[in-house]
Amino acid sequence: MTLSDPKVYLSLLVFLPALAALVLALLPRLADESYKLISLAVTIFVFILTLGFFRSGAPIDFEAGVAEMQNLFNIDWIPSFGIQYFMALDGISFPLVVLTAFLSMLAMAASWPINKHVKGYCILFLLLETGMLGVFMALDFFLFYVFWEVMLLPMYFLIGVWGGPRREYAAIKFFLYTLVGSVLMLIAILMLYFNSDLTRLDAQQLADAGIVSTAKGGDVEQAFSAWKSSKAPLAQKYTEITQEADLTQRKQLHTFNILALQQMGQHTDLFDGVALWGKSIQWWAFLLLFIGFVIKVPSVPLHTWLPDAHVEAPTPISMILAGILLKMGGYGILRICYPICPDAGYDMAYFVCFVGVLSMVYGAFAALAQKDFKRMVAYSSVSHMGYVVLGLGVWSAVADTGYNPDYWKMGANGAMFQMIAHGISSAGMFFMVGVIYDRVHHRDLEKFGGLFAKMPVYSGLAVGIFFAGLGLPGLCGFIGEVLVVLSVWKYSYALAVISAAVVILTAGYILWAIQRVYLGAEYKGPHGEALTPITMRELSIAVPLLVLAIVFGVYPTSLLNYMQPSVDLQIDRLAAWTEEHDNRVTATKPLGAEDGQVADAWHR
Amino acid sequence: MQPVTLQHIVDSLIGNTLEGSLPFFRPELALCATIVVLLFVRIFKGGEYIPSFFIALVGSITALVLAFPVEGIESWMTMPRQEIFTGMLVYDSLTAFIRIFLLSFVVLFIVLSRLTGIADAKDGQDYYVLVLGATLGMCIMASSNHMMMLFMGVEMASVPSYVLAGIVKGRQRSSEAALKYVIYGAGTAGVMLYGISLLTGILGSAHLPTMAASLADLDIPNLLTSAEGRLTVMVLVLGGLMLGVGLAFKLSAVPFHFWCPDVFEGASAEVDAFLSVASKAAALVLLLRVGAGLGMVHEELPVANGADRPAAIAVASSGSSTPAHNAVLATQVAESSDATPVGGGPLSPVRRFFVVLVSIMAIVTCTFGNLAAYGQTNIKRMLAYSTIAHAGFMMMAIAAAIALAGRDVADARTAVSALLLYISLYLFMNLSAFAVVAFLRNEMHSEEIADYGGLIRTSPLTAVMMTAVLVSLIGLPPLAGFWPKLRVLQALYTAGGPLMIFVFVAAAVNTAIALVYYLRVAKAMCIDPEPDTRGEVSLGFLPAAFIFVVSVPVVIFGILPGPLADWTDLAVSQLFS
Repeated sequence: MTLSDPKVYLSLLVFLPALAALVLALLPRLADESYKLISLAVTIFVFILTLGFFRSGAPIDFEAGVAEMQNLFNIDWIPSFGIQYFMALDGISFPLVVLTAFLSMLAMAASWPINKHVKGYCILFLLLETGMLGVFMALDFFLFYVFWEVMLLPMYFLIGVWGGPRREYAAIKFFLYTLVGSVLMLIAILMLYFNSDLTRLDAQQLADAGIVSTAKGGDVEQAFSAWKSSKAPLAQKYTEITQEADLTQRKQLHTFNILALQQMGQHTDLFDGVALWGKSIQWWAFLLLFIGFVIKVPSVPLHTWLPDAHVEAPTPISMILAGILLKMGGYGILRICYPICPDAGYDMAYFVCFVGVLSMVYGAFAALAQKDFKRMVAYSSVSHMGYVVLGLGVWSAVADTGYNPDYWKMGANGAMFQMIAHGISSAGMFFMVGVIYDRVHHRDLEKFGGLFAKMPVYSGLAVGIFFAGLGLPGLCGFIGEVLVVLSVWKYSYALAVISAAVVILTAGYILWAIQRVYLGAEYKGPHGEALTPITMRELSIAVPLLVLAIVFGVYPTSLLNYMQPSVDLQIDRLAAWTEEHDNRVTATKPLGAEDGQVADAWHR
Repeated sequence: MQPVTLQHIVDSLIGNTLEGSLPFFRPELALCATIVVLLFVRIFKGGEYIPSFFIALVGSITALVLAFPVEGIESWMTMPRQEIFTGMLVYDSLTAFIRIFLLSFVVLFIVLSRLTGIADAKDGQDYYVLVLGATLGMCIMASSNHMMMLFMGVEMASVPSYVLAGIVKGRQRSSEAALKYVIYGAGTAGVMLYGISLLTGILGSAHLPTMAASLADLDIPNLLTSAEGRLTVMVLVLGGLMLGVGLAFKLSAVPFHFWCPDVFEGASAEVDAFLSVASKAAALVLLLRVGAGLGMVHEELPVANGADRPAAIAVASSGSSTPAHNAVLATQVAESSDATPVGGGPLSPVRRFFVVLVSIMAIVTCTFGNLAAYGQTNIKRMLAYSTIAHAGFMMMAIAAAIALAGRDVADARTAVSALLLYISLYLFMNLSAFAVVAFLRNEMHSEEIADYGGLIRTSPLTAVMMTAVLVSLIGLPPLAGFWPKLRVLQALYTAGGPLMIFVFVAAAVNTAIALVYYLRVAKAMCIDPEPDTRGEVSLGFLPAAFIFVVSVPVVIFGILPGPLADWTDLAVSQLFS
């Protein structure tokens, strides 16, 4: 039970905010300011904990350049339901975890103007942070689902109590959309669970799935036989089931382990059975999961909750929503949809790309049409997250390219980069909108103008952050967009041309907004007298965001070092799968026939 | 061979009753004794000074203690199914579990009644007698093995409930509710009795296993080939449907739910808690008993691994040219001609009938309950529809259990375990919801959702706990209400076949439908402004403590449902064998 144990460290990281929320709830009445200070201290501490991973060589760290899961641990949570408390970090989740902790800290700092029911606000905010961190670390499908749902209620109240005039409508709309998505996800989870079978995985695959623990470079087979004879309930079940020699009588050993499900999706035919209307189990699972995640991303046509939620939510919550919650959709697609259901992903690759491009175009046009500053930023999120979906979906490792995964890797890395970059720039944009809204209490783009004269520092920072959102070279938004657009070129010329053209639209709405808000001779809108220069607190939130935007724009390797190995590994695996799949289709050989896996009717 | 004389029969009957049956009947006997003491204590001098609350509480706690097996809960693992009172009742781990459940509820309920003051010094004894009497009936319902006991149990549970619904004197709504309940209950009881007589008439017995054996002897598929046989089957179906009417009334399943919202609105919130938790639980177990009792005879039970599996695979591999890829595919191919796979055996038509009927009713009940709850402005009416919806959800577990019972006993047990988990967690959710309603009624004399506005500002603990309970009723993790829903969905998926998959999807979609109306109450309490008409609301220490105690398990079991799930697994470990 030391802090260098991943169990303790990761659990502390995830549950510290929730514990703090509990303590706050039990504390006697304090001054509002103290609640905010305590919460800020907790979020800062959580951020410091994530920074602890960067101390390479320390007892607990996150090594750059390693593709596999790190700090993995696995404890039975509810053994009778087969649910495990299973967490780890890899290059895909680690940057998002750090981003979450970072933005939570800034958003808490941005919460100072909130004066209504401060205690409740802080409690809900901290619970939300636990949910967000948990989603990115959980590797048990159920744990993932639970964390996913944990976020809903705090978010509902944060929008519904502290939001703008139409807050109740926006809050329930957000809740309903997400709940429908998660119900679809639940159906898919159960479909995958009941068709999974751990006994079909070999020792190496079980080790990769974190079930058999091996020392670095240790012998897998040895670890496997040690595991089989161990006292672990799962191992005992495994032995019991595999004792049945008759394969037709053998039971299945179901699992919620995401890594094991990935192995099954890529190396066995467990999810290929026909489910409904001639489509396979994984086809349906992919579709349901994809809809569930795309609601969160959000992509057109399931995006309609987002402008409402963003506009009504208070500024810090908008920052969280745009900065982190949207990333969960992209993370889910990358972590769950593709690796578990590769066949379906291959089948629907064009559909996914199309959804991405549609969101980019639609979001950009919608942003152009907005009169409300915050709504414009919200639609820009729809457009920017379209890049993420597009980048993830570019399945260019096909026969025509000789199964060359390089472009797809570029797309996926671009998508991941775009997620982080958008997390920084959109949170910044929402914060910048919030800063002037706090002063003049309106967001009408038509009534702004001339802010540069009254708030020069603020305007400079804001323009910088908006340029990061625009994708100006040298700022973070550029890298992700360019990687994605380049990768699409090898996949589909039409989509590439359209997605490249969206950059013009993006430039259009952002420059136009900058012109209408910051430029111009004089501010003529209401409450002109309230336009005071930016405060230190606001400065301390905006500056880190702009600095990061510049750092990632100028030196993207600092981020790619961490995430690229994991993304590349996954794409390599999927590319290998594609080649095998195509060979199999041409040879009409059932999957697993070569490596001795039995492909006939396995029975529970 | 000795001649059988009357003396022998009487001797063996007495021996059987005293030695074989009564030891298993101790909790019920304790309830009976408490009822008698409650009724007669005031005759004696000084008796009126003993508070009836005290007697009722001691009596129910005694019964609860007696309900725990002497050898410990672990003994359920090996506890055989025993018929007691010459086959009238059945004692197995399910009986034992549900009795512990009912009696625990009654203990909490008596405390609640005392705290809300509905059972005051004058009326207390009537109230407690009725509650304990109804509980006795529910225990019998849940353990009945004979049509006679089934009917008696239902009536013993219902008649006191009628009176309880109208126990608040001088309120027109209350009397109206009681009257509506009586008329509805009497009507459905009559129909049910008619159905029972049809069934027993054809099958020659009212003892469930014997009835199942004669049903198996009838050979229904064969009967259907002749005109006369079809008539017999028709009468059987009619009898089954009529029996179903009585059970649906107790379950408030659509289309026999009309009494429920009116009675819930008219009766006091405490009584609503009793009706929605205890009465529903007993009715659900009774439905399971009927389904399992008529749907299977002991000889045709498959071994745990499924004896008819190879046949399914043979069909699969011969029926399709491509090799069947995996287990699910094989089953699906094998059962593609079968919309509702229920396994083989002579009683499979009975099971199929039961499963189709219950699952369709469950879907309609669940969906209707959720949709009708939308328009409600009175919290008790809304919770009544919520109860209807939850009953529908729980019925799905029963349909899945019976569909699985003919194929894989282990899976069927899991389905029943899901039902028991649902019932157990539903106790905490609904008891605390109705407790909040009752305490708030005492404080602000209103049960309108609009009057709950802004409660979080005056009584934050109550509002937070109620919100947790409502969210748990929606079924969102990490609150307890999620786990039973998950288990039921899993059971439905395991049951397979187009009908069950349809039920599965309907159940999942209903979770989303239910969101809005539960959340509306939470919204009223936490977001809305306080209504002008309402004064200061502050619950006393004891009511707040009670709400806390019954709603904290919703959070605890939400994070750690393992122990409770292990318990329900134990309770079903010998079922269907």
